Amino acid sequence: MIKAEQKPMEEILRALNPYNKILLSGCGACVTVCHAGGEKEVELLASGLRMARQKIGKRMEVLEITPARQCEPEFALELAQTVQKVEAVVSISCGVGVQTLVRHFPKIPVFPGVNTTFLGETITHGVWEERCQACGNCVLEKTGGICPVARCAKQLLNGPCGGSSNGKCEINQETDCAWQLIYDRLSGLGQLDRLEEIIPAKRWGVESRDRGPRRMVREDLKA
Amino acid sequence: MKAGSHLESVLEKGAFAVTGEFNPPKGNDLSIAKRKAGLLKDCVDAVNVTDSQTAIVRMSSMAASSLLIQMGLEPVMQMTTRDRNRIALQSDLMGATALGIKNVLCLTGDHQSFGNQVDSKNVHDLDSVQLVDCVRTMRDQGTLLGGVEKIEGEIKLFIGAVENPFADPVEFRATRLGKKVAAGADFIQTQCIYDMNRFKEWMKRVLDRGLHEKCHILAGVSPLNSDRILLQWKEKTLPKIPIPEELIDRITKSKDPDEEGIRVCIEQVKELKEMKGIHGIHLMGVDLEEKFARIVDGAGLSPRPKVE
Repeated sequence: MIKAEQKPMEEILRALNPYNKILLSGCGACVTVCHAGGEKEVELLASGLRMARQKIGKRMEVLEITPARQCEPEFALELAQTVQKVEAVVSISCGVGVQTLVRHFPKIPVFPGVNTTFLGETITHGVWEERCQACGNCVLEKTGGICPVARCAKQLLNGPCGGSSNGKCEINQETDCAWQLIYDRLSGLGQLDRLEEIIPAKRWGVESRDRGPRRMVREDLKA
Repeated sequence: MKAGSHLESVLEKGAFAVTGEFNPPKGNDLSIAKRKAGLLKDCVDAVNVTDSQTAIVRMSSMAASSLLIQMGLEPVMQMTTRDRNRIALQSDLMGATALGIKNVLCLTGDHQSFGNQVDSKNVHDLDSVQLVDCVRTMRDQGTLLGGVEKIEGEIKLFIGAVENPFADPVEFRATRLGKKVAAGADFIQTQCIYDMNRFKEWMKRVLDRGLHEKCHILAGVSPLNSDRILLQWKEKTLPKIPIPEELIDRITKSKDPDEEGIRVCIEQVKELKEMKGIHGIHLMGVDLEEKFARIVDGAGLSPRPKVE
């Protein structure tokens, strides 16, 4: 799922400086799971903002809402009436959710309250790691189900580089070397011969974000 | 001859080759570079020109390689995939060959977090194996990567790659070398060797795969001194280049560690020279050019064969 973390309070306050009545919107999906932008975080951040503004004698009214999925139009539109009553919106959904609000509410400023960090999985409570870069052409079949695009610091398709040591990446002792993981996984499956094959250069400019923002159309589903 | 470089001719004749490392200046002042080039000129067959090594910004390897040619040396232009995409890499290869550069060394490059521009974005459009394949495609098929677009003229390059025999997973290192050879590497330079036993284990795997018959392997060496050992101790969490304890003892306990480091290096070179599958050495290290000449002399590798 998409992971995010709250922006520093000062940064959010700076963006809100000109406003006295805002709507704080969370999202019931991914950011709820990673404890960055769910109903609970909306409540906490709303009180934080109110208190911070009170401290400097500049009261701010903060309305709260948490649609089930901010990135889906039917849920985002739940904000339509409330948006009329405020001067600005802070969204603590991911960057996608922020832009859904922007698309539907052209006349109201929308600010992000979180930094969208990555597509990742939960390792243990409170720990998340990046797993996918949505590169557009999955190579997991070739790499034992471990993604070098997301998990190797150099995105090597024919790794590991010379900096792999004791299972860790040279850039950071906390980071597993993706290619050591790939090697161990294929070794365990008795499929090390797969690593003899050269993985050819990826078509970043055709398959990935590098071709420009991507769009999918499913004719069978279109309204 | 694939490229007609001096290095290629030395290796093809079966002579034991010597290459040395040259770091371009951190700017455009050539005074020190000229002195270093003078020191290297008669002791090596070709000079590796690093490409902003350890992600420290230096004069481009292509420009410095071209300047070395003017000074009468043969460069091995190092090229990393860190800073340039396939458009820039192929464009530079066209320019490099037009400037008379005949050897290229294809690398992934050190991560930008080690350098002096840590906020930069790395590219890695290709990796080092794919870059080797790209250069080979340009040279042997006369086309750009993808095999369609024809190149005007010929890209004559002797293609090099590197391997670290000591990095993990150790058992996979010879396999990865095999991938580089399959992609088109004509010669290989290894990471710095201090632990001869571990190096021999790697070489055994290389020989078992017959890779020494498909490419020329140049063993990387660098004279140790107290500074280098201290650095290694400090970086112990990051044991990229293992140094055996007895070697550290021998050097640190000697009266003159600098001299002892040179003696050790000469002994190593002599041993490597006798090792099956090793076709030369690559002298590495920053600001060690004066020592390089002494090592080459001491190991009985002087004078170097003349350029034809």
